[in-house]
Amino acid sequence: MKPFTTLTGIVAPLEAQNVDTDQIIPKQFLKRIERTGYENFLFFDWRFKNDGTPNPDFEMNAPRYRGASILLAKDNFGCGSSREHAPWALNDFGIRCILAPSYADIFYNNCFNNGMAPLILPGSVIQQLFDEVRAAAGYKLTVDLASQTITKPDGSTISFDLDPFKKHCLLNGLDQIGLTLVHEDKIAAYEKAHAV
Amino acid sequence: MAKNIYEKIWDAHVVHSEPGKDTILYIDRHFVHEVTSPQAFEGLRLAGRKVRRPDLTFATMDHNIPTTDRSQPIADPMSKQQVETLENNCREFGVACFNMKDRRNGIVHVIGPELGLTVPGATIVCGDSHTSTHGAFGALAFGIGTSEVEHVLATQTLLQKESKTMEIRVTGKLPVGITAKDVILAIIGKIGTAGGTGYVIEYTGNVIRDLSMEGRMTVCNMTIEAGARAGLISPDEKTFEYLKDREYLRGGKPWEELVQQWKAWASDPGCRYDTVVELKAEDIEPQVTWGTSPGMVTGISSKTPVLAELSDENVRQSAAKALKYMGLKEGMPISGITINKMFLGSCTNGRIEDLRAAAKLVKGYKVHSKVELALVVPGSWQVKQQAEKEGLDKIFTAAGFEWREAGCSMCLAMNADVLNPGDRCASTSNRNFEGRQGKDGRTHLVSPAMAVAAAIKGHFVDIRDWKFN
Repeated sequence: MKPFTTLTGIVAPLEAQNVDTDQIIPKQFLKRIERTGYENFLFFDWRFKNDGTPNPDFEMNAPRYRGASILLAKDNFGCGSSREHAPWALNDFGIRCILAPSYADIFYNNCFNNGMAPLILPGSVIQQLFDEVRAAAGYKLTVDLASQTITKPDGSTISFDLDPFKKHCLLNGLDQIGLTLVHEDKIAAYEKAHAV
Repeated sequence: MAKNIYEKIWDAHVVHSEPGKDTILYIDRHFVHEVTSPQAFEGLRLAGRKVRRPDLTFATMDHNIPTTDRSQPIADPMSKQQVETLENNCREFGVACFNMKDRRNGIVHVIGPELGLTVPGATIVCGDSHTSTHGAFGALAFGIGTSEVEHVLATQTLLQKESKTMEIRVTGKLPVGITAKDVILAIIGKIGTAGGTGYVIEYTGNVIRDLSMEGRMTVCNMTIEAGARAGLISPDEKTFEYLKDREYLRGGKPWEELVQQWKAWASDPGCRYDTVVELKAEDIEPQVTWGTSPGMVTGISSKTPVLAELSDENVRQSAAKALKYMGLKEGMPISGITINKMFLGSCTNGRIEDLRAAAKLVKGYKVHSKVELALVVPGSWQVKQQAEKEGLDKIFTAAGFEWREAGCSMCLAMNADVLNPGDRCASTSNRNFEGRQGKDGRTHLVSPAMAVAAAIKGHFVDIRDWKFN
């Protein structure tokens, strides 16, 4: 997995609470058996009109947000199904970091397993960022995982909390299966002791 | 010290823990289906890894499969490829696979308990958020992503953090006509769709105890809709009675020994939870969702919200957006909402008891002339057989309902059972998200009885006033 250390990128706003994984990627795109190639399906029903052309009413479609790598979102982002296609679609689209006040549990874990950083910031800070992003085209943020800070265009910083183990895995791009298999002897001992 | 059921199961499954790291937790059962597994098997192949415990891994196909004639090949080439990929992967890695022609086939959360694979005290995972269903048996069961599916296939463990615990206690007397579906919808309406985030929920109280195992599964199934990954109910005599003589429990340990072991998982008297929520059964009426999130729910005698009465800006915006998508006016009576489609089935309400309850209402009635499609889809092959043995299929078809083969069907509409834009559906499934049952389709979540009553009357009605034939 690619390590996540620092990221400087355009921030795209998504104005909706409880964005569920059916919105992030609708079910008709879950029939593929590949792990990549989902970028055109992200937010499909919101991004595109019925004739397949981009929906001008969907804020993220504005040219100023092209190439965004940071998604600004609202409460309970990623609720609903366990489909990992949701972080895959975001990742394939170029989103490496999400900023929101809260996430649904399964989606949150799925992001880390793909080397993405879903970061939690207070609702008031998120609201302030929504205002700033909309006020200035080309608005960028810099996320530094090691120091747990986000730097704004004016040089001011926001700090964030992150579980130390999750941080360690992201910074080093660690493969979790590999990490667990270091303890293979303990798994075997557990199976023997519990007769499973 | 008195422990709750979650703490007991967690403690018994710790393989390894060290400060500052996630705990390695042993997984007793791993259910696999066609949609969230192909990339996991591919990952194993690329890394040259095996499935550590194929004997603890069970696969079924449910999401993509047609509910029409099974003797025909699957028409959609991508669905066909995904289903075939699962069969091939299971063959290559030595995993049992219940394919479409197998009498053990069905929705993963229906067949696990039905086959006796779901047992008290077990840790159970599946690449599907409704894995919480199995918690009805006092198992710690939750949905995982595909990377985690690969992790479990390779190691039979998961890296986990211990959750907080929430007790949801439902007490009092459940009024006649109020079902498990209404109870869980009312709970979600009370705590919200993120109310359970970070928690494992244990459902307690005399109302939960009085529910059948099918009803308990309905409650635990929708735990994820309240934001919690897992919902449990301590096992009791009903649990053991349901499991007795199930296929995968035959020929193993003596029954009495199993029951003694299972009993010990129940929460101890005086155990503690991080949060406690209480609900009075008397306050619950038949529930209907009006919006695009399961928390947007109200009673049948109520109305859609009046936007000016919602004080929170975010809540008001969400409600306005939902009413617009649903094509509903604010402040309109729920009983005034007309439907043109109905879906009875899913891992929430596709079990034999659900079909029996619905058939009881249907007897002697016809589907309303304005209702174009009323689908009844059993949750598994076994449920279908049992229903046919009892003649329930005849009751449904005589009334104009379609009787189909088992599968997930229109709950998520990955197969051909899809709503058209503008369709309005009374559905016994678990999610009313935008486009869930088809792009621009409108879903109202209800109990089986409420769904068939709406199909017969053409609009939502209060089943407490139903005239049974």
